[in-house]
Amino acid sequence: MSAETTPLQATETKPHIVLEARNVVKTYGHVTALDGVDFELRAGEILAVVGDNGAGKSTLIKALTGALHPTSGEILLDGVPIHFKGPLDARHAGIETVYQDLAVAPALDIASNLFLGRELRAPGLLGSLFRRLDKKRMREEARRAMNELKFRLPAIDNPVESLSGGQRQGVAVARAALFARKLVIMDEPTAALGVRETGQVLELIRSIRDRGLPVVLISHNMPNVFDIADRIHIMRLGRRAAVVSPKTHTMNDVVAIMTGAATA
Amino acid sequence: MTTATVSPVETSRSLKSRILGAPSAGPLLVLIGFCLIFALSNPRFLATHNLSIILQQTVIIGVLAIGQTLVILTAGIDLAVGAICVLGTIVAGKLVNLGYDPVLSMGFAILLCTAAGLAAGGLVSGLRLPPFIVTLGILGILTAALRLISEGGAFPVRDPFLAWTGNTMKLGGFVLTYGVLIMFALYAVVWYLLNQTKWGRHVYAIGNNTEAARLVGIPVRRHLLSVYLLAGLIYGIAAWLALGRIPNADPNAMQSANLDSITAVVIGGTSLFGGRGGLIGTLIGALIVGVLRNGLTLAGIDPLWQDLVTGILVIIAVALDQMSRRKS
Ligand SMILES: Nc1ncnc2c1ncn2[C@@H]1O[C@H](COP(=O)(O)OP(=O)(O)O)[C@@H](O)[C@H]1O
Ligand SMILES: [Mg+2]
Repeated sequence: MSAETTPLQATETKPHIVLEARNVVKTYGHVTALDGVDFELRAGEILAVVGDNGAGKSTLIKALTGALHPTSGEILLDGVPIHFKGPLDARHAGIETVYQDLAVAPALDIASNLFLGRELRAPGLLGSLFRRLDKKRMREEARRAMNELKFRLPAIDNPVESLSGGQRQGVAVARAALFARKLVIMDEPTAALGVRETGQVLELIRSIRDRGLPVVLISHNMPNVFDIADRIHIMRLGRRAAVVSPKTHTMNDVVAIMTGAATA
Repeated sequence: MTTATVSPVETSRSLKSRILGAPSAGPLLVLIGFCLIFALSNPRFLATHNLSIILQQTVIIGVLAIGQTLVILTAGIDLAVGAICVLGTIVAGKLVNLGYDPVLSMGFAILLCTAAGLAAGGLVSGLRLPPFIVTLGILGILTAALRLISEGGAFPVRDPFLAWTGNTMKLGGFVLTYGVLIMFALYAVVWYLLNQTKWGRHVYAIGNNTEAARLVGIPVRRHLLSVYLLAGLIYGIAAWLALGRIPNADPNAMQSANLDSITAVVIGGTSLFGGRGGLIGTLIGALIVGVLRNGLTLAGIDPLWQDLVTGILVIIAVALDQMSRRKS
């Protein structure tokens, strides 16, 4: 337990905690995927979640986004206990998730993908009675959002399949940023991308943070994590081994904690 | 396209690239090409009288192909198209011949067709069975049941309301049946649903990437159900149009309707893998089939050539689809 107190907390005034997990356990039969994990995401930060394969990163994220029900433990959003019945509940609560595999519809255009599942309807009778989409407004808002995030894209009415892998993932990330009111969670969003494309997506994640939304980033890539994270949450054997700052710890320190060779 | 552009997001695609990139551009060129060939070889081809006949001959496959397009866009396939339509003609014909009110009889028949579509959708979305197998099963069941009900034979249906869609009106030299007008109206309505509403967007999204559709919160199963239901309703309306063309209910009719409707959809540029294509292409595809049949007959060429040419067109269309998928 003592390893979980971070050196950072002493030096800062108490920050607002957006999302918190307390002592969350998840078992699958005899397998304990989460063994009493704690989690804390602060306002305006990029929190990286790292850990070895099987450490419980994905399971933790699923518990936080309502994709599974913890066996026990507590999850709080803005200090209020929450019980998501499914991913849709989390989305309604303002939590958006980006997945590793590109969750886009390739034949649809960029604007349609950004608004997929949350299409805007035309004002007046056209919208309410004839259910007509407001394509123009969706295009304009999509363009505005992409410009604001400073993400380079070809024309907004191009099909997503004409984009590179990095740009496609950029669309998925931008969609999350566009609709998240509380926070964005990304599970290995750059795992399928090349170096340059990864750079684009990381840049995008930074712009999201700079607009005030906290981001949880699960990643295997230590240089990326050290490049972008404000704090690093280290998972080991279904628990939080430590939370460290990239300013005070090196990559070797983090790997040592991940593997159990050292404690924070 | 992948290189960085100067301004973060370009304003819009050019008009030229939009027209050339439209999925129905290819099929339209093919249609125009055939029309040119037939018009040059036989001046009678372009006579309004002949064009009217082509439209009338296209009505039933044209309407069935609307439902087929919806199902194929969700990455499914519907082999019960013809059987459900025949269900409509037999039930409506039987009831009317038994003395029931024709409007109610036709309405009930259309309702039954809708229910058949709903059943297919329920099995596909609820039990997650492959659409191919489900609709093949429904085809078998309906075909057998309808032959039993009608004791194997066709029977005449003589009722002015059931035959109403075969009535004609003149429109600047064209002789259009009400059936033709209903076909165009159906195309317009379903086009609107597919292209201008959330419902249509979600049809494309599901066919494109079901998992992505689910992740963004689209109720995929319920949506599939609505697609098959609408398709069934359209097959029911096609039954009414069929009685307007031939006042005869035949349990052995429409055996080629499955393949013909799939042909129209595929030639029209809709992908068998789902999520790509649309109704304008299907209308063009249905017209290509109609024009081919008519033009070859006018030229005195054995109609077997029609099957041969459509076969080639289908293979070309599917090959192009496959190639464009591999590229992206
Ligand atoms: N659905 C499941 N059924 C059984 N065991 C599971 C399931 N999901 C995860 N686990 C187990 O829980 C542990 C943590 O998995 P996971 O959260 O996927 O780790 P990570 O994402 O850090 O690689 C692993 O031992 C894994 O085998
Ligand atoms: Mg994982």
